[in-house]
Amino acid sequence: MSPVILNTIEVILNGLMTGVMYSLVALGFVLIFKASGIFNYAQGVMALFAALTLVGFQTGQVPFSHLINVIFGTNYHNWSNGINTFLAIVLTMLVMIALAWLVERVVLRHLVNQEQIILFMATIGLAFFMEGLGDLMWGANIKVLDVGLPSGGSFWLEDVTREWASEGSEYYGMYIDVLDVWAAGIAVVLVIALTIFSQYTKTGRALRAVADDHQAALTVGISLRTIWVVVWSIAGFVALVAGIMWGSKSGIQFSLSLIALKALPVLILGGFTSIPGAIIGGLVIGVGEKLFEFGIGPLIGGATENWFAYVLALLFLMFRPQGLFGDKIIERV
Amino acid sequence: MNTAENTSEALLSLKNISLSFGGVKALTDISFDIKKGEIRAIIGPNGAGKSSMLNVINGFYHPQEGEVWFNGNLRGSLKPHEIARQGIARTFQNIALFKGMSTLDNLMTGRITKMHANIFWQAIWKGKAEREELEHREKVEHIIDFLEIQAIRKTPVGRLPYGLQKRVELGRALAAESKLLLLDEPMAGMNVEEKEDMCRFVLDVHEEFGTTIALIEHDMGVVMDIADRVVVLDYGRKIGDGFPDEIRADQNVIDAYLGVSHD
Repeated sequence: MSPVILNTIEVILNGLMTGVMYSLVALGFVLIFKASGIFNYAQGVMALFAALTLVGFQTGQVPFSHLINVIFGTNYHNWSNGINTFLAIVLTMLVMIALAWLVERVVLRHLVNQEQIILFMATIGLAFFMEGLGDLMWGANIKVLDVGLPSGGSFWLEDVTREWASEGSEYYGMYIDVLDVWAAGIAVVLVIALTIFSQYTKTGRALRAVADDHQAALTVGISLRTIWVVVWSIAGFVALVAGIMWGSKSGIQFSLSLIALKALPVLILGGFTSIPGAIIGGLVIGVGEKLFEFGIGPLIGGATENWFAYVLALLFLMFRPQGLFGDKIIERV
Repeated sequence: MNTAENTSEALLSLKNISLSFGGVKALTDISFDIKKGEIRAIIGPNGAGKSSMLNVINGFYHPQEGEVWFNGNLRGSLKPHEIARQGIARTFQNIALFKGMSTLDNLMTGRITKMHANIFWQAIWKGKAEREELEHREKVEHIIDFLEIQAIRKTPVGRLPYGLQKRVELGRALAAESKLLLLDEPMAGMNVEEKEDMCRFVLDVHEEFGTTIALIEHDMGVVMDIADRVVVLDYGRKIGDGFPDEIRADQNVIDAYLGVSHD
């Protein structure tokens, strides 16, 4: 095979894996949007907050230590040398559930029957609040997250693919980060698990029922408030997984919350109401931006990954505003 | 068929219910009861307050005045889902199904108040959750057989024709095995054949499950045929209450339906 083909394959593979990560973030949006009609701007910050909390537990940080130290003149930073990673993940999940409960209690409950734009504004407020809360609880410094997932290039793949190149060409093999493969695998498992849960369990059916028709859901005895807490908890769980993956990849810092913005074009492509749409949209954007950067990027000065997704989304908005899989928008006059 | 005489115990009593939206009075001082095991029809011209009455019963509206007694207890200010859990199921005039879900899933969702496994067992689909799923699936299959909708078990209900959607909605309400079943115009917009089917189902439900039914219907023929007792509303007031024969002969009711002017 000629190196050009091999390079293209490598780009596509990397694109697919980046795409899975985008899908993961987009999935959090779709879950909440379907069940409550809220576009949750805070989804990205939730991922950041989850990752911060995880590292905090893992390293045994005292929450609000800066605040405590300033007020009481003490000097607490750590209460232990850290705890087991698995335990830390479980604790973080509990924090995310508590957060979901608080969001319902403090925000959503008071905004029932309000316009979508008002709910959206509320989630923007929530995003700023959680960003501040995360900083206050765990400090604003950049942190390293290591949950024990392998990372670095795969030498095995490099060796194997080097053999494939045609004789005499200067090809050194494909580079694929093992962490990306793990992340993709975990994301796939998560999506399958969520799908099965929503298809075959009582709560799953209740979630779909609420997404479909609030009034009807009430009359069969489903409590909207409970379902909202469940949905936000699941979105919190998805945010935690996304936070772990992106955090292990590029460290935990504020820019982590900005990956949520990448989910926007993904959603416009896939449709805001479709879970398969979020996945395929993520893959299309991931592969699309990597291929574009590889093929056309050098001709126009590179760095196309920053804007390619948004341009693609704009084109979609012009020709297919409901996305690939979204509910068709029918206006009856 | 007149089970009304057999049991005199009231399942639901409404006492002096008044409901208004801002300055508009939707219901004024309405009292009537629904006895255990009867089919109670609520009739009246358009805008008489029939649907508002149903919405009061199932908790979508909270009346400003009056008391609702259900199953022997005075009901406080409950939310619709809590009332559903007490045993009141309903259908809607303009169908409120879960359109993206299959017939089977719609009916299974109807049984949600009967299922108690917690989310942990559900997540791993073991123990109580698994037993429950299978047990309730069986009950639901029974209802599907009963309503003769086997052929559309797996079809997303949004794709079904109107008449079948109405039937699925009835099925979902039945699945709850409620004490009281509220049907808001179950035969509206149907052709004669579909109406006959629906009538038969309502009567069969009543006989086989002994469910107490309150229904709103415009078709007088249907009402007089299947109802044990009838209450008549007009302009938010009760103008008649009694057995179908009495109602048919009631001068107030005749006036209301013929459109005698109100001054």
